[in-house]
Amino acid sequence: MNTFLQKPTSYRKPKTRSWFKEFIAQWDLQILVIPAMIYIIVFNYIPMWGVMFAFQDYDIFKGFFNSDWVGLKHFHVLFNSPDFLLIMGNTLTISFLKLLILFPAPIILALILNEVRNERFKRIVQTITYLPHFISWVIVAGFVTSMLAVDNGSLNLLLKSLGLIKEPIAWLSIPEYFRTILIGAGQWKEIGFSSIVYLAAISGIDTGQYEAAEVDGASKLKQIFAITLPNIAPIIGIFLILAIGNLLNAGFEDILVLTNNGANAILRDTSEVIDTYVYKQGLGGMRYSYATCVGLFKSAINIILLCSANFVVKRLGNDSLW
Amino acid sequence: MKISKGEKVVKVIIYTSLTILAFVTLYPFWNTLVISFNDGLNTTLGGITFWPREFTTQNYRAVLNDIMFIKALTVTIGRTVIGTFLAMFFTSIYAYGLSKKYLKGKKIYMIISIITMYFSGGLIPLYLLVRSLGMIDSYAALVVPSLVGVYNMIILRTFFMGIPEEIEESAKLDGCNHIRTFFSIILPVSGPAIATISLFTAVYFWNEWFNAGIYINSAAKLPIQNYLMNVMNSSNYAEQMAKLTGGIGKFSVTTVTSRSLQAATIMVATLPIVMVYPFVQKYFVKGVLVGSVKG
Repeated sequence: MNTFLQKPTSYRKPKTRSWFKEFIAQWDLQILVIPAMIYIIVFNYIPMWGVMFAFQDYDIFKGFFNSDWVGLKHFHVLFNSPDFLLIMGNTLTISFLKLLILFPAPIILALILNEVRNERFKRIVQTITYLPHFISWVIVAGFVTSMLAVDNGSLNLLLKSLGLIKEPIAWLSIPEYFRTILIGAGQWKEIGFSSIVYLAAISGIDTGQYEAAEVDGASKLKQIFAITLPNIAPIIGIFLILAIGNLLNAGFEDILVLTNNGANAILRDTSEVIDTYVYKQGLGGMRYSYATCVGLFKSAINIILLCSANFVVKRLGNDSLW
Repeated sequence: MKISKGEKVVKVIIYTSLTILAFVTLYPFWNTLVISFNDGLNTTLGGITFWPREFTTQNYRAVLNDIMFIKALTVTIGRTVIGTFLAMFFTSIYAYGLSKKYLKGKKIYMIISIITMYFSGGLIPLYLLVRSLGMIDSYAALVVPSLVGVYNMIILRTFFMGIPEEIEESAKLDGCNHIRTFFSIILPVSGPAIATISLFTAVYFWNEWFNAGIYINSAAKLPIQNYLMNVMNSSNYAEQMAKLTGGIGKFSVTTVTSRSLQAATIMVATLPIVMVYPFVQKYFVKGVLVGSVKG
């Protein structure tokens, strides 16, 4: 069962007769695997070669082999572009905000849910909060637009009836509010579903520890900090590593749908991140090489971040990814 | 009662905050539903929250009368059914093959697969590949780019590895090869696992809009989420539709506004998922747990 986790032995690629013979002998098994292999090579590995586009002036009519090679030109263009600082700034800011707000929330929700004794109430809340995860971002954007609308938007109605505002505000047209809206929507959509893993981890904690703590007179809160959190620290650690490794993936689908598929120019200054930039430059502006270069830059940083985060966590003595 | 005052307060806070959370989660669904059933012009007067003031089915009739909507719905249904079936087919036989220890080349297969979970070529190279395969603006582009998911494969593989060998032994003795064994023995036994992954896959296809958006050019081949985006983003579109459908039907003057139309479209686009959800929720939850533990 664990053979694939071990380092590959010096498994010489076999032209020995018996390996080949056995391979043919189990054709009925191989044939189950081969279609998927071909698929993966075509749709996953061939595009990997596509990073070469970043070093060319890719011309779609000339194709890969006939386009000019320009080395690091696009990287120069990227780093000197006035957009670069804006995009990096937005990407990092939004990513940090998401990490700060969206990461702990499901954990807190799991902790709270764990304290609920009434099973029925618990299950109802869970069912309800898991639901938004399964609807598309397009729908979520639809809800957000509807709630924040100037024309019968519930938020404006609520604020007006509370006397907090006099006139409805066009929330989605104000760049300063965009990030809040983005994060709020993301929270609404994912907090429930993300809490599942944490809740499962918490319910797996040996109750003996809690009983001992009760005997010692520890309050509920103290128990949470002294027992629950340390016990689920490994899981939190893993997810944290993944989150940091994803730091430059500040968002894409969510930002696109909330900015009219990227067309909303007003919001650009606070919403444009690396991925949306790649999309607009590459597919919109047809600057294929440039966009590939930006994407490659991002992937490289992501790998560095992932390895660093993994390294740090390992050093701290906790479980890590590898 | 042994509960201290402090604990009682905490209890109240817990139940209150969870109730608020549940309410906030459900409210947008409900409110949009209400708006969709409310007369468009009436809605512009404001104040519609928990119940329609002027009930009407006009908005829905406008949506259902739009030929583009019917087309989009057909595309999405076709995509979901065919896509889920094909994806499950290729992914599950793949997972089964990889679950056999004696598979020649297993290590290589696994390494090749796992690497793709961490590295990818990026958006542009993939797009250019699809383009060079001639799939732009074809129905194939709606399905093929998502056919094999390594993540799902691993979940299924773990499941298959847990099936006792004895079950297959009897089939082998009868002379079945792996292909027949898979279809006649393994599949029937794997109901829950297959069901769970199928559900996840189906939800994915139903909701997927980005790939469809970049690979499809003709409006007639767009799936329903993209249709919804059009309705939402160009209020032109919505207004035109509102005017068009106002001429047909009983009402000589249309009171469908782009807002009420959008609400109805949103509801229709999300209805299948919301309706199916309560029944399959336990599958989803289980799938997540298995997936994250193994992942």
